[in-house]
Amino acid sequence: MNSTLLLMLRRLRAPIVLLISIFAIGMVGLVLIPGADADGRTWHMTMFQAFYFTTYTASTIGFGEIPYAFTDRQRLWVTAMIYASVFGWAYLLTNLLSLGRDTAVRKAIAERRFRRSVEALVEPFYLICGFGETGRLIARALDRRDRRFVVVEIDEARAQQIDLMEFRQVPLALAGDARLPASLEAAGLRKNQCRGVLALTNDDHANLAVAMTVRLLEPNVPVLARAMTRDTAANMASFGTDHIINPFAQFGEQLALAVSAPANYRLVSWLVALPGTQLEPAAAPPRGAWVVCGYGRFGREVVRAFHEQGLEVTVIDVADVGQPALKVVRGTGTEAEPLAAAGIHSAVGVVAGTDDDVNNLSIVVTARELNPALYTIVRQNLQANQPLFDAFDADMTMVSSRLIASDCLAVVRTPLLRPFLERARHEDAAWADALLERLVSALGDLSPAVWSVTLNISEAQAMYRLLMQGGHARVRDLVRNPARRDEQLAIVPLYLQRGEDAFELPVDDFELQPGDQVLFAGRGGARDRQEALLRNEKVRDYVVTGSDPSTGWLWRRLLPRRSTPSRDARVP
Amino acid sequence: MNLEKVIFGFFIVLAATLNFGFVYGDPADPDHHHLWEFFAAFVVNVIATALKFGDRTQIGAIHLATSLVAVLQLAAAALVWFFAPPGPLDVGTTVSIVSLSAGAALANLVSVVILIAETITLRR
Repeated sequence: MNSTLLLMLRRLRAPIVLLISIFAIGMVGLVLIPGADADGRTWHMTMFQAFYFTTYTASTIGFGEIPYAFTDRQRLWVTAMIYASVFGWAYLLTNLLSLGRDTAVRKAIAERRFRRSVEALVEPFYLICGFGETGRLIARALDRRDRRFVVVEIDEARAQQIDLMEFRQVPLALAGDARLPASLEAAGLRKNQCRGVLALTNDDHANLAVAMTVRLLEPNVPVLARAMTRDTAANMASFGTDHIINPFAQFGEQLALAVSAPANYRLVSWLVALPGTQLEPAAAPPRGAWVVCGYGRFGREVVRAFHEQGLEVTVIDVADVGQPALKVVRGTGTEAEPLAAAGIHSAVGVVAGTDDDVNNLSIVVTARELNPALYTIVRQNLQANQPLFDAFDADMTMVSSRLIASDCLAVVRTPLLRPFLERARHEDAAWADALLERLVSALGDLSPAVWSVTLNISEAQAMYRLLMQGGHARVRDLVRNPARRDEQLAIVPLYLQRGEDAFELPVDDFELQPGDQVLFAGRGGARDRQEALLRNEKVRDYVVTGSDPSTGWLWRRLLPRRSTPSRDARVP
Repeated sequence: MNLEKVIFGFFIVLAATLNFGFVYGDPADPDHHHLWEFFAAFVVNVIATALKFGDRTQIGAIHLATSLVAVLQLAAAALVWFFAPPGPLDVGTTVSIVSLSAGAALANLVSVVILIAETITLRR
């Protein structure tokens, strides 16, 4: 018996006992009170007849007085019985109905259903802690790639909303506190299928707690955690959190890259953008004097990045920033005066980095009026304000939820992408421009899907068998069209890893070995077609050798027998 | 003293005593086994079962199981009685009814033993 049913029965104990008693007393009376049969002889009900009569009378069905019409004495008793039993039933039913509205019971039922669905999960899944803007973006992207996810969200209303959102798979959500190990365990942390935990709550301490819990309970499950301050990030790193995302620090790094190596920045940001993002026209932040409004967590990182690149920065902030080395103007950037005092007329760019979207927009609009040539960088705090930011069209917009989401997805989907991007950051501009041009000409200017394939038995069994049997295949063979092998799919191989060695942009003739990991960029549809040549031996044979595949079980049985004599004949 | 505990213990012991009282006597003699006593035993057993609902502990589960067994046995005996030929009970039917009820009495005995064991282990 499940515990929810037990819980309900426990609450219903009193009405059930009352009803049993009413039945018993009614039956006793019916059997004891004498009746009269059709001929007027005295007659007593049997126990069974009394039970039958009580059952249909008590439940207000009322088949009438059987087997014989009752005497008045019997009727008096039955009247009392009816009142008592109707009351008993009503009492039981009201209790039952109020149980259905009881939040404790409903929560118990929902939790039980959740646990059962999590236990039933057989496909790999990701555990998302916190379903805010970031969690939502990631859930959607995972769902689009047909990956399962389980959500733990502390806000009950938000957890219930998940059921109403449109996902391809049934989303699993638990309303619970991710800081508690029990919630994570209920959400399937201990299951073998758990491929990673994403700690994305808006509370740094909760993310820390999640990372710590996973590290201690399931050290093999990778953790991706969001950290809004460098302190938390350092703390997480100290116990080996696999990937820490500090959106502000990351944006600072991107900004530094954008200033120092615009071409590489353009390539990298396009590759990690959520799939389908338009390639931005080249527009690097210019070198010169900058005005930064708001010296909070975001402003600090921006200033750090600019200083790293040797740019001159003036900060506008209402509070005293406590940094004597910094040029600071007190005030809000939404007004012309402080902006002018900070030298907006001679500046090359302005950064609006307060934690208020309206203020940020007001800053850049005012600044542009004062100096139309300004390069503008805006921080967008809420996804809901997207239309406003679209309308303003800043040169660079920083949305922390989108930044975290794309970074998380890049790590989750393709572990190989990070080392590649790390190299891409340090290549020269010519290399980056050439690669970008090649990608755009092959794939179009919407950001491509990026994936990696490991040539092993589970991801590419056909190709793996060929290589293990001593066959030869080259990188070119992995991107051939399975229908016409002379054509290429819309796929570009980016990176190949073989044990400790790594090869950037492997050439077409590059010889493959079993166990190689290859990173590709391409259109989503092309990926499915590539899957066929990796997994299907007939397609593989056609693609690699060009031979028309012999099909069918019978044919394959006959073929070796036919070819045996000719092979013997060749041996002298 | 806890009224709930009193009621709980009362019904469990009453179920066992009524059941024993019905079974007590010559198994083949219908006069030793009264219908009303059987009825009382049955009703009290059902109430005892209802009282045991919802206890999640291991002992609670065994309690519920023994009561369910007793009710099942008594229900079987009631069916035998129902299908008995009209008129006074014959020897064969009486023996079946009494033996089924005796099984229920054993289950009730187990229930009582658990109740006592539970009370003894409860050191207060």
